[in-house]
Amino acid sequence: MAHMNAPRTMLAKIWDEHEILRHPSGPSLLYIDRDMIHEGSFHAFADLKRRGLKPRRPKQIFGVADHYVPTLGRTSKDAASPAIARMIDTFDENMEWGGVRHFGLSSRSQGIVHVVAPEQGITLPGLTIVCSDSHTSTQGALGAIAFGIGQSENAHVLATQTVWQLRPKTMRVTINGTLGQGVTAKDVMLALIAKIGAAGAGGHAIEFAGQVVRDMSIEGRLTLCNMSIEAAARFGMVAPDETTFAYVRGRNFAPNEQEWDAAVNHWRQLVSDADAVFDREVVLEGADIAPMVTWGTSPEDAVSIEGRVPDPSTFDNADKRKAATKSLEYMELAPGTELSGLKLDKVFIGSCTNSRIEDLRAAAAILKGRKAKIQAIVVPGSTQVKEQAEAEGIAAIFREAGFEWRDSGCSMCAAMNGDVVGPGERCASTSNRNFVGRQGPGARTHLVSPAMAAAAAITGCLTDVRRV
Amino acid sequence: MKAFTKETSTVVAVPGVNCDTDQIIPGRFLKADRAQGYGQFLFHDIRRDEAGELDPAFPLNREGAERSTILLVEDNFGCGSSREGAVYALVDHGIRAVIGPSFGDIFFNNALKNGLVPVRLSAEQCDGLADYLARFPDAEVTVDLENAQLVLPGNLRRHPIVIDAFARECILQGLDEIEMTFTYMEKIKAFETERMASHAWLAR
Repeated sequence: MAHMNAPRTMLAKIWDEHEILRHPSGPSLLYIDRDMIHEGSFHAFADLKRRGLKPRRPKQIFGVADHYVPTLGRTSKDAASPAIARMIDTFDENMEWGGVRHFGLSSRSQGIVHVVAPEQGITLPGLTIVCSDSHTSTQGALGAIAFGIGQSENAHVLATQTVWQLRPKTMRVTINGTLGQGVTAKDVMLALIAKIGAAGAGGHAIEFAGQVVRDMSIEGRLTLCNMSIEAAARFGMVAPDETTFAYVRGRNFAPNEQEWDAAVNHWRQLVSDADAVFDREVVLEGADIAPMVTWGTSPEDAVSIEGRVPDPSTFDNADKRKAATKSLEYMELAPGTELSGLKLDKVFIGSCTNSRIEDLRAAAAILKGRKAKIQAIVVPGSTQVKEQAEAEGIAAIFREAGFEWRDSGCSMCAAMNGDVVGPGERCASTSNRNFVGRQGPGARTHLVSPAMAAAAAITGCLTDVRRV
Repeated sequence: MKAFTKETSTVVAVPGVNCDTDQIIPGRFLKADRAQGYGQFLFHDIRRDEAGELDPAFPLNREGAERSTILLVEDNFGCGSSREGAVYALVDHGIRAVIGPSFGDIFFNNALKNGLVPVRLSAEQCDGLADYLARFPDAEVTVDLENAQLVLPGNLRRHPIVIDAFARECILQGLDEIEMTFTYMEKIKAFETERMASHAWLAR
C-alpha cells in the first residue's frame, strides 16, 4: 500500500488501523475497541430492546454511573428526586440485562467516566474509544482516538462494535516553552479557545504538541484534550510517550506484563511522523499565557485574570457583538469591569476537566491553613481519587478550609443530579462550560483552574492565584 | 428514521452564535422517555420569560411559527454536549431541516441519524436569508435533498446542499443504519478476529 510510506499523522495511523472498510461515498466503518456508557445511554438500550438485540461485545463495553449520581450518599435513595433515582436504577438494570461490566454507585471504581477510564486502564494508546458524551475527547490524551457520539451511534456501536465516521481534518496545536507560575493546562485551553473561537476547530481533530505538552503530566494532558470540544474539535490527542507508558502500566484493563513490551513497541510507532502534514497549525507560547477566567457564556469569552470585561461595541463582527451584549446582560456585568475582585457566591471544584488528584493537590496547596469565605464544594472525579486525596491529607485541608467534601460524580458541571448553582448566583467553577443555564437556570459561571478556584474561595471574589 | 426527500416551509430564524445543546434542551429534561415527546422541551428556558411564560418575542413563539418546519440558525449551532435529546426536541417539535453557517460536529451527526437535515450555508448567505425573511416572513424555502439543493426565495437563488453521499442516501431512503451495517458483519468479524489476536487484553 503506497500510502503506508507517506508521512502520516497519529490520527491517520490509528484511523487506518481501525478502518474495516471505506464506503464508496466517503465514511469509514471504524472498529471500536471500547465503548464507555453512562446513565444517559437508556435511549440506546431502549433501541436495542426494540430490535431484540443485545450488546454484541459486552467485554468491550464499560458502564459508569456519573451524570445523575448523588454526591451526598452512595445509593440511589440519596438521589435528589425519585426521577433522578430512577435514572440510576435503570442504568444498573440495563447493565445487568446487557451483561456489561459496570461501576455502579457503590463501586470503589465509580467516578466520572473520563476520569475512571484512564484510571482503570480502559483508555490506552492506539485505541478507538467512544462514549455518548462530548467530553470523550479527554481520553485522547493517552494517544487514542476518542470521541463523543449520540445515542443512535451508541446503539450502533453496542449492536455492531463499529461506527460510520468521516475522517476529520487535523489541527496541530503547539505550545512552546514553559508555563509560568500558577498557569495550568486549563489556562492553556481557555487561552487557545479565546484565540481560535468556540467554533475554531470544527471538523478537526486537535493534536497537542510542543515542550509544554511533553513536560505535562497525564492529568494536565487529559485537561487539554477534555476542552478540545469547547473549541468544537470532537477529538483531542497527545502522542504517547514515556510519561504515558508509565501512567498506563499495571492498570486493570491494560496489557499485562507478558504483553507489555510488544504493546509499547507498537504504541511508539503511532506518533505522528516528523514530516506529517496537518491541515492547520496553531502555535501558542507558554510564557504568554496567564491564569485565565471567562466573563461570558461561551468558553471563548476568556481573558487573563488581570484583564477586564471587554466592551462588545469594540468587536468587529456584528454577530459576536450581539452575542457578547446578551452574555453580559445574562452575567450582569458591565464592560470595563475588572475581573479580579468580582464578588462570587460559590466555588465548584470538580468535573471531568479538573477533578483528578493533581487538580485537588493544586487547590489544596492554595487552601492550606486558610478559610473559604463563600460556599465551596469539591467533588473528586472518582472514588479512587477521593480515597487517594483522603490518604494524602488533602481532604482534611479542604474540610478545614470550609469546603464540602463530596462523593464523586459530574455534579455541578452538568447540574443533572440536583447539585446546582442558584438563579443569579455567581460561581467560579473548574468545569468546562459557562453556557447560559448550564449549572442551573439563571446560574452565572466563571471558568477557572483549580488553583484559581481555591484562590477565589478564600477571598470570595475572582482572584489572581499568583497573588495569594 | 423518517425518510426525507424534499421539504418546503416558511422559516423561523433563531438568533445567537454558539447556540449550544443546553439551550436547545436543558439537561434537567433529559430524563424523559422519548415516548413523552421531546418537543415540549425545545429551547425551553430561552423561549420563556422569568415567570416561565412563553416570551412572545422569541421567534418560535410568534404567531404562525408552529407551522414552520425549517429553522435558520447562526454559527456553531448545536455545539457543546452530545445529547441527542437536542435533536429529538427539534424533530418532535416538527422541525425537519436546520440551515446555518456551521454546526457542532456531534449535533450534525445526531441530526442525520434522525432524519433532521442540517444544511450548511455561508454566513453571508444566511444573513441575506435572514434579511429577506425579516421583510417577507411568509417566504418559503425548499430543502430538496433528492437534488441536493437549497431553494431560497426571491433573488437568493439555489445553493448546493453538501452532505456526504452516504448520509444523504440513508436519509433519502429512511435507511436503518444498524440493519445496513449488519450486511457487513462477515467483514467486521474477520477484522475483529485479527485485532483480538494481537490485542488479547481488549476483551478480557
